[in-house]
Amino acid sequence: MSLDQLYQQVILDHDRERHGCGLRPAPEGTADAESHQVNPLCGDQVTLRVAVRQTPDGPVVQDVSWAGEGCSISQASLSVLYDLVVGRPVPEAEELLGAFRTMIRSRGTVEPDEEVLGDAVAFVGVSRHANRVKCAMLGWAAFEDALHRADAGPVPATAAPVPLTAVPVPVTADPVPATADRGEDR
Amino acid sequence: MADTALKADTALKQDPGTLAVGLLAADPAPGSTPGPTAQEIAAIREDFPVLHRTVGGHRLVYLDSAATSQRPRSVLDAETAYSTGCNAAVHRGAHTLAEEATDAYEAARSAAAAFVGLGPDQIVWTRNATEALNLVAGVLSDPLTAQDPHAAPLALRPGDEVVVTEMEHHANLVPWQRACARSGARLRWLPLTDDGRLDLTRLEEIVTPATRVLSFAHVSNVLGTINPVDVLVARARQVGALVVLDACQSVPHLPVDLSALDVDLAVFSAHKMLGPTGLGVLAGKAEILQALPPFLTGGSMVSTVTMETATFQDPPQRFEAGTPPVSQTVALHAAVDYLTALGMDRVAAHDRTLTARALAGLRDLPGIRVLGPVQAVDRVGAVSVVVDGVHPHDVGQVLDASGIAVRVGHHCAQPVHRRYGATASTRASLYVYSTPDEVDAFLDALSGVRAYFKKA
Repeated sequence: MSLDQLYQQVILDHDRERHGCGLRPAPEGTADAESHQVNPLCGDQVTLRVAVRQTPDGPVVQDVSWAGEGCSISQASLSVLYDLVVGRPVPEAEELLGAFRTMIRSRGTVEPDEEVLGDAVAFVGVSRHANRVKCAMLGWAAFEDALHRADAGPVPATAAPVPLTAVPVPVTADPVPATADRGEDR
Repeated sequence: MADTALKADTALKQDPGTLAVGLLAADPAPGSTPGPTAQEIAAIREDFPVLHRTVGGHRLVYLDSAATSQRPRSVLDAETAYSTGCNAAVHRGAHTLAEEATDAYEAARSAAAAFVGLGPDQIVWTRNATEALNLVAGVLSDPLTAQDPHAAPLALRPGDEVVVTEMEHHANLVPWQRACARSGARLRWLPLTDDGRLDLTRLEEIVTPATRVLSFAHVSNVLGTINPVDVLVARARQVGALVVLDACQSVPHLPVDLSALDVDLAVFSAHKMLGPTGLGVLAGKAEILQALPPFLTGGSMVSTVTMETATFQDPPQRFEAGTPPVSQTVALHAAVDYLTALGMDRVAAHDRTLTARALAGLRDLPGIRVLGPVQAVDRVGAVSVVVDGVHPHDVGQVLDASGIAVRVGHHCAQPVHRRYGATASTRASLYVYSTPDEVDAFLDALSGVRAYFKKA
C-alpha cells in the first residue's frame, strides 16, 4: 500500500485544520462530560468534552471540543469526528462510532459505506496498519466514553451540574493489537 | 559452538596495517582504532540473512538495532545446532545429552563473562535485562534482606536514598520506584544538561551518605550519551553506595570491561548484541552476588529443601530458578564470538564514524532537532530526532515507505523526552552492519518528511 493511500488528502487537510480543537465550556442547558485518553505506545493524549442537549425528539450531540497532541492520523480523526457528530442525534452518532470502529479494526477486509461514514472513509487505509489503529481510535474512544456519561446524566434546570472533569480512564476500547509496538522490551 | 566459523572472519583477521582506510574510517577519534573498511562491512552484511530482504519493494535499511539487533548466520546456526543435536535439561541427569547441554550452557557463561572482563561465576542468566534490574531492586527492597545477616548492609530502609538519572529507560526507573515504595527509601535523580549530558554540578548534593544505591545507564538509549562511569563510581565510593550499571546500550557498541569500571552490578541484554531474545544478563562482583538473597525461587537454585524451609545455592545458580533459556545462551555465545572476532574497538570506531556522518547530515536539515549530543563525542549511534510539526509516527510511516526501519515513540523513556519538551521522537540506531549509504538514505528520506505533510 502506498503512502498516499494511507495519508489521503482529507487526512492531511484535517490534520492542518483541526476542527473542534480547543476545549470550551458546554453550551447552557446541556449535560456534558469529559474524557481523557492516552495512547501508551507513544504517549499521545486527548481530552475531549461532549455536550448533549435533550430535545423532544431525543438527545442530540450539541457540541464537541477537544485538546490534545498526536500524529496526523489521530489529529485528523478528531477533526473529522467533530464535523460528523456535532448536531446529530445521539443514536446516529453511536451508529457512526460503531461503523468507524468496524472499519478501523477490519485489517482491510471491510469496504466502508460512505453513506454512513462520510469523510471518515478516508481512514480506511489505517486498518491495514495494525500499529496505527490506536492513533485513529484515540479521539473516538474519548468521544464514546464522554458521550455515555454526558447522555446518562441529563440535567434538569434545578439539578446539580454534572462534574466537568471525569476521572481519566485508560483506552480500553481498543486493546493493543498483537503486532503493535508496546515499547522497547529488553 | 565456540569454533563456529565466521564468514567475515578471514577478512577481519588481516593485519590492520594492510587494510585500506576507506571512507568508513574518515572520522575516527584521535588515536583510536580505525573501523572496518567498506569491503569488510560488505562481507559482514553477507552474514546477516535478513538484510537481504526487501520492504515494499525497497531494499531494507535497518536502523533499529538499539531496539533489537539482527543476528548473523553463525548465531542462528549455533542455536539450531544445539536444538537439533543436543537439547536437554542442564545441571541434572546423567545422560550424554544432559552433560553436553550443561557444558554448552556453562561455556556460554564463560564466554559472556570474558567478553565483559569478568569470571563465569559473576554472570547470572535472566530472561531479559529488565528482569535483571527487577532482581536487584526487588532483592534490595525485600524485607527478608534486612533480616539476612549477610545481606542486611545492602538492604534499603526508610531514610535511605536511591539515585538514578533523568535519562533512564523505564526498566531502570520503575523497579526503583517500586523498591522505594516497598522499603520507605527515597528516589532521587541526577538532572540533565540542555545538550544531553548528565548535569553533575550538583552530584555531591544528590549522591550523599544517605545514598544506598546509584543506578544509571552507561549509555542512554534515546540520547546516545556515554556517561562518565568513573566520576559516578568515585562519588559512590566516597559515600558507600552500591553501583548498578545499565549496560544494555554500551556492551553491544563499546569495549566494556566491568572489572575495570569497578561497578558492583551491571545488566545487559543478548538481543541487542547480535544474540537472541529471551536472555538477559546480571553481572556482578562475586562478593556482592554472594551476599544477596534470592529473588525468584523454586527448582535449580536450592541446596536442601524440607517442608518448612530451604537453603540456597551459591551464585550464579542462586538466581537462576526454574528452567533457563539454554539454547539462547548457546546463541549468545556465538554472538559474543562474532563480536570478539570483529574487535569491539573496531565496532566502536565504525559506530563513531557513522554517527558523525548522521549528525553532520542532520545539521543541514531545517526543522530537525537532535535529542542528545550533536557531536560524535562520548556518544553512540542512537540518534533521536524531533521533526518540527510532524509526529514521529508519521515520520516512521514515511520512512517505512522507503524501506527504512527506525524506532518511533518514547523508546520506554518518557521522562527524558519530557525533559527536552517532546512526547516522542524518531530514532535511527546503527550497528556493525550499517553503512554510510544507509545513513544517507535516512537523511534523504527525513529531508522530505516535512514537505509531505506540508510543514515546510
